[in-house]
Amino acid sequence: MNYKTRKLKDQLVSLWIRFMVLLVVALPLIIAFSLLYKSWLILGHSSLSELLFSSVWRPLAGEFGFFPFIVSSVWVTFIGLILTTPICLFSAIFLTYYGSRHLLRFMQPVIDILAGIPSVIYGVWGILVIVPAIGKYLAPMFGYESSGFSIMAGGIVLSVMLIPFILNILIEIFRTVHQDLFDASLSLGASKWQTIKHVVLRKSFAGIVSAFGLGLSRAFGETIAVLMVVGNVVGVPENLFQPGYPLPALIANNYGEMLSIPMFDSALMFAALLLMVVVVVFNIISRRTIIYLESKH
Amino acid sequence: MWWRKLEEKIIYLLMVISVASLVILLLAVLTSIFVKGAPYLSWEMVSQTPKGGYYFGREGGVLNAIVGSLYLSLGAILLSLAFSLPLSLAMNIHLRARPKIVNRIRFVLDILWGIPSIVYGAFGFTLMIYLGIKASLLAGIITVGIFIMPIMVRGMDEVMKNVPVSLIESAFSLGSTRMEVAFKVMVRQTIPGIATAILLAFGRGIGDVASVLFTTGYTDNVPTSLTQQTATLPLAVFFQLGSPIPEVQNRAYASALILTVIILVISIAVRFLSNKYYSNRH
Repeated sequence: MNYKTRKLKDQLVSLWIRFMVLLVVALPLIIAFSLLYKSWLILGHSSLSELLFSSVWRPLAGEFGFFPFIVSSVWVTFIGLILTTPICLFSAIFLTYYGSRHLLRFMQPVIDILAGIPSVIYGVWGILVIVPAIGKYLAPMFGYESSGFSIMAGGIVLSVMLIPFILNILIEIFRTVHQDLFDASLSLGASKWQTIKHVVLRKSFAGIVSAFGLGLSRAFGETIAVLMVVGNVVGVPENLFQPGYPLPALIANNYGEMLSIPMFDSALMFAALLLMVVVVVFNIISRRTIIYLESKH
Repeated sequence: MWWRKLEEKIIYLLMVISVASLVILLLAVLTSIFVKGAPYLSWEMVSQTPKGGYYFGREGGVLNAIVGSLYLSLGAILLSLAFSLPLSLAMNIHLRARPKIVNRIRFVLDILWGIPSIVYGAFGFTLMIYLGIKASLLAGIITVGIFIMPIMVRGMDEVMKNVPVSLIESAFSLGSTRMEVAFKVMVRQTIPGIATAILLAFGRGIGDVASVLFTTGYTDNVPTSLTQQTATLPLAVFFQLGSPIPEVQNRAYASALILTVIILVISIAVRFLSNKYYSNRH
């Protein structure tokens, strides 16, 4: 091959590559703007505060209050995070500082498979195990009556799905803590746990919070598994054993019918935009913190 | 002193319980799917499309969904590869001298990676209307292709980052063009890693419902062209589970089992490939 054709080929491929880079970098903006464009109709129809804080949801009458959905989303996410926190933290510490290499080699596939199981499978598991368990045992234990399809079920299923996601980030973060610091603390006579408690956890506190921030944004957008177990009843839930209706479930459940009503269509696009904004904001804050921490070490 | 010892013991116990619970949870999920699905799994389930009255419990299977899912994921992988391969090559060869830009791209990719699939679904839907195509295999491929792109780039970038600088530089010093370095050195060096990234993305693509809920439609036939609607396996699980008829629900469990087995096979393949990759390198 002579020099000219090689050069030409290189330039063509470079052009292709450059185009792809631009496209990918612009993609979040393209997504956000197309959703904003579609939700323009509803934003002109009702004010933002009305959309976010009204609990009247009557799409056919043109009233769109997202408050019940936002509350459900927040509750499900909160329960999911609370339940997953101790398991993730303890496992991450154990796998990083106590476990042997064999244990880590054994656990890595376990974590990977947990991460790889599709959310619809977690949903099926939730329906088979978690929902009846809540309806029969957990809710009566707290003195409530529940079908099992509830905020609690959504939170529990979500917490299991969050484990591999948060755990991987935590392990990564603990590894950025310098071995020197660890050794220095040990040499001063501190025990392993004391060192972890006072040195590692303090040193990586911002990172740990960021890991849960990423988990939070993950949880906020999880759709199918939660939708399958959460009950999907519109209304602000009074307790955790009542059904809820999170934002992603709202979008997923109403897609087929809404096309005939432009305002409804716009409302659902607004829900998607809202979801995206919350998730992206939490993502950016958490990622920035992690990047900052890693650059410091 | 004794309380410190006690604290240490209690914490240790909690940690062991936590780690054990990971294994227990995985086994719990897998066994419940296997126990519930296995009795209803039959050759008919995987080899036939739904026949008349299938959704009232008559004969048929979910071949349409299995094939649909495979078509969809393969198409999405091919589409996504056209984005992610050049992007990861660019980050590690063309833009090597400009780490700031590369880090910015990585940041954008992380953001894209975090966007929930339902948002991609909504975006895919608006894109579909904008382009004037109906719910079809093609619309699903575009949506899933965009959705798995950041997953794929991340995997490829991860292995390309670790290719020794000296190798790249010696290729350049021998007079190779960037394209030659990219495809003859970089890609060839990282093939197992690229395959792993593709498999991971395949697993994500085949298991996701939220992104295809509005874009692929649903049909009982195996699609024969890109413009036809298609069923997918996770959607089949979801729809059949929503039926009030027990026979249909049981088939949902069997379909869930099929999906789980596919995912397990993929994770074993990923493990095998990445082990091979690392044993090659060291």
